[in-house]
Amino acid sequence: MQDESGVLTGAHFIDGDHACSEGAIAAGCRFVAGYPITPSTEVVERIAERFPFVGGVFIQMEDEIASSIAIQGAVWAGKKAMTVTSGPGFSLMMEHIGYAAMTETPCVFVNVQRAGPSTGLPTMPAQGDMMQARWGSHGDYGIIALCPNSPQECFDFTIKAFNLAEQFRVPVMLMMDECVGHMIERVVIPPPNEIKVFKRRYYRGKKKDFLPFKPEKDLVPPMIKAGDGYRFHVTGLTHDEKGYPSMTVGTQAKLVTRLSDKLKVNEDKIIEYREDGVESAELIVITYGITSRTAIPAIEQARKEGMKIGHLRLITAWPFPAKRIHELASKVKAFVVPELNLGQMVYEVERHAGSGVKVEPVSHAGGTVHDPKEIYTAIHRLMKG
Amino acid sequence: MAKMEIKIGGFGGQGVILSGYIIGRAASIYDNKYATMIQAFGPEARGSSTSAQLIVSDEPVAYPYITAPNLMVLMSQEAYTKFSGELVSGGTLITDEELVTPHNLRNDIKHYSIPAARFAEELGKRMVSNIVMMGFTTAITKIIGEKAMGEAVKVSVPKGTEKLNHLAFVKGLEYGRKLVE
Repeated sequence: MQDESGVLTGAHFIDGDHACSEGAIAAGCRFVAGYPITPSTEVVERIAERFPFVGGVFIQMEDEIASSIAIQGAVWAGKKAMTVTSGPGFSLMMEHIGYAAMTETPCVFVNVQRAGPSTGLPTMPAQGDMMQARWGSHGDYGIIALCPNSPQECFDFTIKAFNLAEQFRVPVMLMMDECVGHMIERVVIPPPNEIKVFKRRYYRGKKKDFLPFKPEKDLVPPMIKAGDGYRFHVTGLTHDEKGYPSMTVGTQAKLVTRLSDKLKVNEDKIIEYREDGVESAELIVITYGITSRTAIPAIEQARKEGMKIGHLRLITAWPFPAKRIHELASKVKAFVVPELNLGQMVYEVERHAGSGVKVEPVSHAGGTVHDPKEIYTAIHRLMKG
Repeated sequence: MAKMEIKIGGFGGQGVILSGYIIGRAASIYDNKYATMIQAFGPEARGSSTSAQLIVSDEPVAYPYITAPNLMVLMSQEAYTKFSGELVSGGTLITDEELVTPHNLRNDIKHYSIPAARFAEELGKRMVSNIVMMGFTTAITKIIGEKAMGEAVKVSVPKGTEKLNHLAFVKGLEYGRKLVE
């Protein structure tokens, strides 16, 4: 029996990769193209197993370049689609992330991060692709990147990723890591009617008035799909509202500015972070993904010793909560930024914190997670030093 | 029990990972606890040394890796040699009596053993020795309720083997109960 909703309601003990697959199915994703790569393989394995029962199509493509463009074809044919990869594959996908941004094709890129560069440590975690997620393709554009820290969040944030992609017509990155991907915990999947799914913004006006790239008030244009009888043209070339190439300085300025602005004007609807004890804090630890868990023992230890430590955890690494960091910078004496890389999001913290506050990275080349002692040591030095 | 850090060791094919999975599933789905299991992804293959690590706690688990294991279930000599030194003082060590000779057994830990592989053979399939071990571990440590563990065994083993695995679980459970009474 084919169950169209495909939602596996109930409590499960599954890993982050499998939870991501279930999130995609619950969000209505019915096309996945991928070139399986450790540590993300389990995502597509489960998709391949589950899709035949929910009317989905999974294709194992010849490589990541093909995967990342196949999903965009599926989107324009009316499906929700994603691709799944890790570092080396993510690098190959950069061209088409730009294409998705330029053509405003809503799609999801899952990156289960492993230590790089190049082949690196295939079976071990890192957070080394954070800047690549934001800036990896050429030209000016914006994306959204979400950072889950548990299998439950891999489920929840995959749904969120699809919803944000549809709402703002941008590629959305789910920035997992090997630790979260292979970690097994309880994942509660709610009944289908309790899962919020954002439906595609289809054009509802008169056919003769249709302009495929004419934005609505929030700067996002509604879509149509192939076969609905509309004339439309999709190109990576600079295009006007009709969708046709228009290689002029004016069209370039108008289009590229809007692609960037549509995230800026809507950032209050997109940016998400969690705060714990920041209001009275003298020092705030800023984390994302798995680091938001490894920092907790360090923060608790410091608090036990009487230090006033706050914790700000980024849910969206991109867009970055610049205003909030700027605001908090005037209230604390330091930010500590542990990352499973040699310093990436810490640049963003520095940029928005200004010069009045110390910003201290706690770097790690990847391969495992931080020892909380390393984070504690940084906190202690800044508080007592 | 506030927090248990558990390591299960043996060789590939013994059901080491499944054992960890069953404990975690029992704790987090059937026993109102939190469980976080980490899969060690190395070049392990059937016959070589392998381990599962998980944390079972009354509270959400922040740091996901185990740092101070207080329960070890070891099903091979190699696992004993490799891991038993990591067990914290006062911790519990559970071994297969006929597969592990506890050389230089530490006197600061509690040690229990069961001929799980032999019991499994007597039940008809050596493959269920890990489930005998799980029954035994449940009785000895009481980290998770018997009912929750039994339920997790039932839903985690391959279809068609539920009855045999149930018998294996009960065998280990009863042997353990007698030992701690």
